[in-house]
Parts: sequence; structure tokens; C-alpha cells
Amino acid sequence: MSELIFEKHSLNDASWLPKLEEPEAAILKRVPKEYLRKSEPAFPSLSELDVVRHFTNLSRKNFSVDTNFYPLGSCTMKYNPKSLDSIASSTSYTQIHPYQDEEDIQGALKVLHEMQLFLSDITGMDEFTLQPAAGAHGEFCGLLITGAYHRSKKQKKTKVLIPDSAHGTNPASAALCGYEVVQVLTNAKGHVDLKDLKSKLDDSVACLMMTNPNTLGLFEEEILEIAQCVHKAGGLLYYDGANMNALVGICRPGDMGFDIVHLNLHKTFAVPHGSGGPGSGPVGVKKNLVQFLPAPRILKEKDRYFFEKTAPSSIGKLRSFYGNFGAIIRSYAYIKALGVEGLKGISENAILNANYLKTKLKSIFEMPYNDFCMHEFVLSASSQKKRGVKALDIAKRLLDHGVYAPTIYFPLIVDEAMMIEPTETESKETLDEFVSILRRIDEEIDKDPQKVLNAPHTTPVGRIDEVAAARHPNLRFKPPQGSVL
Amino acid sequence: MQYISNTEKDKQEMLTAIGVPSFESLIANIPKRLRDFELKIPAGISELELDRELDETGKRNKNFKYYIPYIGAGNYDHFIPAVVDRLALRGEFITAYTPYQGEASQGTLQSMYEYQSLMCELTAMDYSNASMYDGASSLAEAALLALRFGERKKILMPETVHPEYRAVVETYLSYAGSEIVTIPMKNGALDLDHLKKSLDQNVAAVIVQHPNFFGILEEAREISDLAHRAGAMLIACVNPVSLGVLQPPGEYGADIAVGEGQPLGNSVSFGGPHFGFFTVKEELLRKIPGRIAGMTVDKTGRRSFVLTLQAREQHIRREKATSNICTNQALCALKGAIYLTLLGKTGIKKLALLNLSNAHRTYERLLKIKGVKPFSDKPFFNEFAVRIDKDRDALKVNLKKHRILGPLDLQKFYPALRSSYLFAVTEKRTGEDLDQLIQAVDA
Repeated sequence: MSELIFEKHSLNDASWLPKLEEPEAAILKRVPKEYLRKSEPAFPSLSELDVVRHFTNLSRKNFSVDTNFYPLGSCTMKYNPKSLDSIASSTSYTQIHPYQDEEDIQGALKVLHEMQLFLSDITGMDEFTLQPAAGAHGEFCGLLITGAYHRSKKQKKTKVLIPDSAHGTNPASAALCGYEVVQVLTNAKGHVDLKDLKSKLDDSVACLMMTNPNTLGLFEEEILEIAQCVHKAGGLLYYDGANMNALVGICRPGDMGFDIVHLNLHKTFAVPHGSGGPGSGPVGVKKNLVQFLPAPRILKEKDRYFFEKTAPSSIGKLRSFYGNFGAIIRSYAYIKALGVEGLKGISENAILNANYLKTKLKSIFEMPYNDFCMHEFVLSASSQKKRGVKALDIAKRLLDHGVYAPTIYFPLIVDEAMMIEPTETESKETLDEFVSILRRIDEEIDKDPQKVLNAPHTTPVGRIDEVAAARHPNLRFKPPQGSVL
Repeated sequence: MQYISNTEKDKQEMLTAIGVPSFESLIANIPKRLRDFELKIPAGISELELDRELDETGKRNKNFKYYIPYIGAGNYDHFIPAVVDRLALRGEFITAYTPYQGEASQGTLQSMYEYQSLMCELTAMDYSNASMYDGASSLAEAALLALRFGERKKILMPETVHPEYRAVVETYLSYAGSEIVTIPMKNGALDLDHLKKSLDQNVAAVIVQHPNFFGILEEAREISDLAHRAGAMLIACVNPVSLGVLQPPGEYGADIAVGEGQPLGNSVSFGGPHFGFFTVKEELLRKIPGRIAGMTVDKTGRRSFVLTLQAREQHIRREKATSNICTNQALCALKGAIYLTLLGKTGIKKLALLNLSNAHRTYERLLKIKGVKPFSDKPFFNEFAVRIDKDRDALKVNLKKHRILGPLDLQKFYPALRSSYLFAVTEKRTGEDLDQLIQAVDA
């Protein structure tokens, strides 16, 4: 059994902290009694060695990019260069305060300002804010800008259009901004159904939120016409950058007609996912929307960087300070290291790897959409399901082979969906091995189905009872009554 | 520099297998006019050159290694033991995704559960989520939760709450159909009389930051009672380090307790990334935003951890979710959990005492200087404001000359508060630091 920090005991005298220079009672006298804590927190007591061992052993129970192939569709689990960790950990960047005088933080402001320019260049937008902390935070920012824009035009807009293949954050962000969400259908080719879109476009539509390539991994070929229709109806076009790894150096959302773009630096620009964050979700806009960006913008005059003093039309602030600086600097260094050729190499290799895998897997799985894909693709385990094994079972069985599971049951419009994104950093050898693992699992369905149905067998725990977890929530450790910790 | 693993030969073989002559054939469906652009980004460089360049850029920042920070206002210069980063930067933590496949993510999931447990103990609240973006957005989400819970539409927010937090709450509530009522301050704390007058049947929640932006301890117990008597919730925004000695929000009856997790093992890093913590009373559990890890069993009965209560979240509920949050600040929260574990029961109290002692000794010495006067007579924790009747620019020059960063000139956020400065003093400040500071202010 995996013991909790609360269930282990060794000496912890916190001697890594300096000694108190006054007696405790003298210190506490400075605060009236009624403000003081009455109960002690039931914290663990562990020596430094035991803390190190505990968390090191926990880490070994994780799959990660550093240890495993991680073809998790829509998440861009690429290699995160270690040099970026070192740079982000340097005292010049970690030991500075957001409220220092501008002249004392010119280095940090330079990084942020140049990053705004880099991202504008890569996406074809006019200006960027780096404030949003993650993709969904970026969506929130973009939709607030959408609202501010329409208000400035004295237009009342109530709806946001979202394709039925979209991520859940899109409708959730729209709801947070008070919009009614209207779904746009996907056609048989896996693209936004232009006819359906046109029938839903009217003067109540604030914007259309899209990814391109879409969540099926397909490039929206009619994007120029889509943009024209949305603009003609008085709406804005919003780009969800979840799939930007397909487009770097190849084409730009700004040129397609998108008015607002958010990027996920933790996908395309190599910020490690950190088991679920921190990410960074910068937002770029076209000229006519710059005035609405969150305050403060970072500007440059001659060699001096500074914060914009006033921003009367700004949507305000989305978080304290200026964004996830430690994540932004990683991406900044990544873009500098790669340079223009390296950036093009991202998407070229991501697209090549994905199409190669798709070609190889055609003989094993149903492919609901046959065109060339971009950086990822969705296959269907529907024929496997007929033989008694679901996408979920295959996903779990992959874990036994040391491969993290693809995204499954998403997008919602594909039956038994498995969404696979190999990224540009994986080798052909790894991809070939992945194909052969999937082939073996497919054969196992007929030879030894229980093996697949009961997978995983080699992970620290077997299939987890999620229903029990939700029905009887145990969300924290509680010390047993009367126990002394 | 490139991080590609395929050789030219591999690529050729892959194109052949796909059955196309060149890469261009794979993207032939992208309209021609979209392909016509040149990036302005310069050519790539080696890791060695990158290192050198970022090092040069970094020299244009005055950092805490060579300068002495007396600046806080939401981010604090605490000591971080080496263990924290050594563990959190392990590839298995830093390069893993959100633990959706529980069986392959037990390390992250158990550490999330332990983080939640630690935060509940620290705040004396019932439940915690796995983290939010930062303190400010946690506070905003807390206000949204209070509004979601019933029909009431007003949020009372004191002027003593961090000005940037107030701005973020305003942004988040733009479309919530609610009204934010500002409670003015008196003697550095929120004006209780004004609060009493503002409490009515339509108030969903009262926000209190404690210690507040000025470092001052608010009368949390009384504010809590007043809010509850009016049928409103209390949202407490707290400094986690202060809870080593100060009454935790659970003890004075807060319904939601949030705050900035940075002081727990995360470096200041120019304001981010850090994490927001979010804790609640039991009855609010199923309405809270963000991810939660739970303990359960696998099919053979072994203890296991998994993301749970996901029916609240955007990937399941879409537009009906309790929040749009997806990626949070997991790694920063992990650092928080490791840091709190290293502190243990003895350490959390000791840390708070060190801060309390250092801040008060600094305050006492500053007040002995001619022209330095109290800002308020209310109690404080590790941050305080004083009035310094000296020329603003001369004071600044002197502080710089003595390698002091800060204090925060309160005029930045409160134009009416002239000659008032906010000092933060953590366990890191030494006697020599203090001598430097005194010389600088006394010059």
C-alpha cells in the first residue's frame, strides 16, 4: 500500500530554518490573543531523507515525456528541453519582484516585450498580451475582448458559435462571459459544415470559436470563406491555439482572418506540462482590438522597456502581476534557440510523424476521416468494440507496454475515438514500436481478450474504481479520532 | 538548435510509406495565399549561445542575490530549501500531463491528495481543490461560487484587499449580473461601521483579506459573524505562512478560504507562476471550481488515487461547468506540498514566528528614526506600512545606494496615501540587512 506523508513518522525539527532570536512568548505578545491559532494543524513529521524518498518514489509512479512515449492527442506532449529549465531557474529571473522599479527589471521586460513580438510574428497578429495563465484563461480573455469590442460598437450580441468537435473549455468560457452557446455541425469530411454555419450566423453572433486544424486533426480548407461569412454577419473569429503545433512556420491564423488568437505555450512552445500546469495562454489580437487588451501592456521606446501607464478601454486584469513569467521565459528561450528554421521544423515533423502513424495504423483501426491529417488524427476503435474491447480497454492495455494512453472518447462526434498526437520530437523508431504494440493488442483481443479487458497489469495500481471515488468522496486525510501525530 | 529525432533517411522512408513525393503534398489543401509570408524571427542559436544571451539579459535585472528585498505586496521572498526544486523538477513530475489516466499517474494524484490534505489542515477548512492560477483568480472564483450558491447578487469587497485582486474580481464578475460594493478603510483596516450598514438581504458574500494589503490584521471573527447574521458567506483571502500562528479561516467560520500559494516553496519569479489555493466548507464541495483528487481502490482493493467529482468540470459539463478552468498550476502546488511537508508541524509555527519577529523588530527600529511614523496602530504579521516624511526621490536614491529593493510606495495604488510605504520582512532578512535599511532611511 502506498503510505501517505501523514502515515509515516520520523524526526522533523525544522532545523533548516534559522533559530528564533527572541523567546516565543515575546514574539507572540505582539499580536492580541484573539488573533492567534487555537488548533494545531495535523501536519506530518518527516525527516528530510524521508521527504525526499517519499516524493521520489511517488514520481516513479508517473508516466511522463521523459520516461515514456506520450501520444496524448490535443495535448502536444513534446520533449521539453532541459536548457529551458535551467534558464528559468536562474536567480536573474526567479529572484526578482514584480513591483521593482522599471529600470531595475529591464531584463524581464525585454523578455516579455520581445516575446510579444515573436508571438505576433508567428501567428500573424498585431499585438499580444502574456497575462493569461493557461488556455482557458486565454479564452476568457479573448471573449472579454470580444464583448468589449461589440459594446464599443454599441452592438448587442448574445451568442457564441462553437463547432461540435470543440474542447469543453470553449463553451465553458463562453458561459462565463454570459453568452448562449450554439453548436455548429461537422460535415462528412470532418470539417465545419459551412451550410450549417451560415444558417446559424446572424447579427446576434458575437464570435465563432475555432481551432484550425480542428480537433479531428484536419485543416479547415474553407477557412477563408468561413472568415468572410463571420465578418459579414458582424461577428469576430476566435482562434483556439490548442492545435498550433500544426501551423508554426506553415501558415498563420492572422492571415486566415482570425481576429483573436490564444496560444498554449505549454503545448506548442515547449513549456513542460508539470502534471497539469503551470501553463501560459497568451492572447493576440488585430489592430482594432489592441485597446481592449488586459492592462498593463509592455512597451518599448528606444532601448527602454516600460509598462503602459493608462489603458482606459482595457478589459482590466485577469490575474495578479504580468503572467506566468517562469513559463513565458522558457518559451522565449525555445523560440530563440530554434530560430526561423527550427520553428518550421516543428510543424513539418509533427505533420510527417502524424501522417506516417495514421498510414501505418489504417490496417488495424477504422479511420473515420481519410484525408491527410495535420499534427494529429482521430481513429475509431469501433471494429474492436464489435469484437468485445473498447477504446478505454486498449488505452489501459497500452500502459502495460509503457506507452501513455491517447486521448479517448474525444472529440465527442467520433465513436470510440482515440486521438493520437505523436509530436515532432519522436523518432520513427518509437512510432514503429507503437504501431507494433497496437498490432499486438489488436491480436490479443481475439487470443486473450481478458488480458485487454482487465488491463493494466503492470502499473502501480490496476483499473481504478472511479464510480466509488465519486460516490464516497475521500478527498483529504483525516487524522483518526484521538490519535496523536 | 532543433529537438528532432528523425534523420533525413527516416523522413524519406516515412514519406514513401505514406505514398507522397514530398512533405508539401501533405499540406496541399492549405490555400496558396496563406503560405506566402516570411517570419522575422532571427536564425536559431546553439544552447551555449542561448545560455550566454539569456545570462546577459538577466544582468539587466536587479535580483535578490545582490539586493535586499523589503518588498512584498502579494509575493514574498521566503527561503526555499533545495529539496523542493530537486524533487519538483524531476522529469516524472514536470513532464507529465494532467493525471487523466489514473493508473499511470499515481504519483501526481497522491501528491495532489496530500496537497489537499495539507491545505485543509493549514486553513482548518473541510475541502480543498488541487489549485487555481493564483491568489487573485482564486478570490474571483470564490466570489462566483458565492453568487452561484443562491439568488443574492451583491459582493462586499473592502478597499483593504490587494488592489490587483480587486481588479481581477471585477473582471471575472463582469458578466455575472452582480454588484460589487466597495467597503472603505479606516485606520488601515476595513471600516466595520460601513460594513454593517452595507449588509442587506442581497449580499451573497463579504470578502476579507487577512492580513490585508497593508499587512494589518482585520477583525476576521467579527466580520464573519456580521456576514453570517446577514445570511451572507464569508470569503477569506489569507497568507498561508501567517496561519502558522494566526487563527485559520476555518476557526472564524469562513465559508470559502483562498489565497496566494507563492509563499509556500515557490520563488517570486517576477510574479508567476505560482498557485492559488481554494478551500471550502463541506456544503460547498460540489460547486467548487477546478480539479480534485480522491482516494479510492482499484479492482483488487488496493489504495488508489483518481481525479474525481469531475461532473463539475468543463470537459464533462461544457457550458454548464462550475468554471472554465482546465490547466491549473499543479507543479507549483506540488512545490507547496513538499515545502509544507518539510516544514511539518514544528516548522510551520517556527516560520510564522520568525516572520512575525523579524517584521516587528524592523518596524520598531524604523519608528525610532526621525520622520518615520506609524501608518496605523493595528496589529500586523510580516508586512506593515509606515509614513516617512522625507523627500520621495531622495529616499529612493538612498535605498538604492544601500542595495535595498522596495518598500512599495503606496501611492502606486492609493493616490491619496502620500509618503506611505509598505515593507515586507520575511525570515530571510538578517541583522545586517536591517542595519542597511536603517542607514538608508535615516540618511
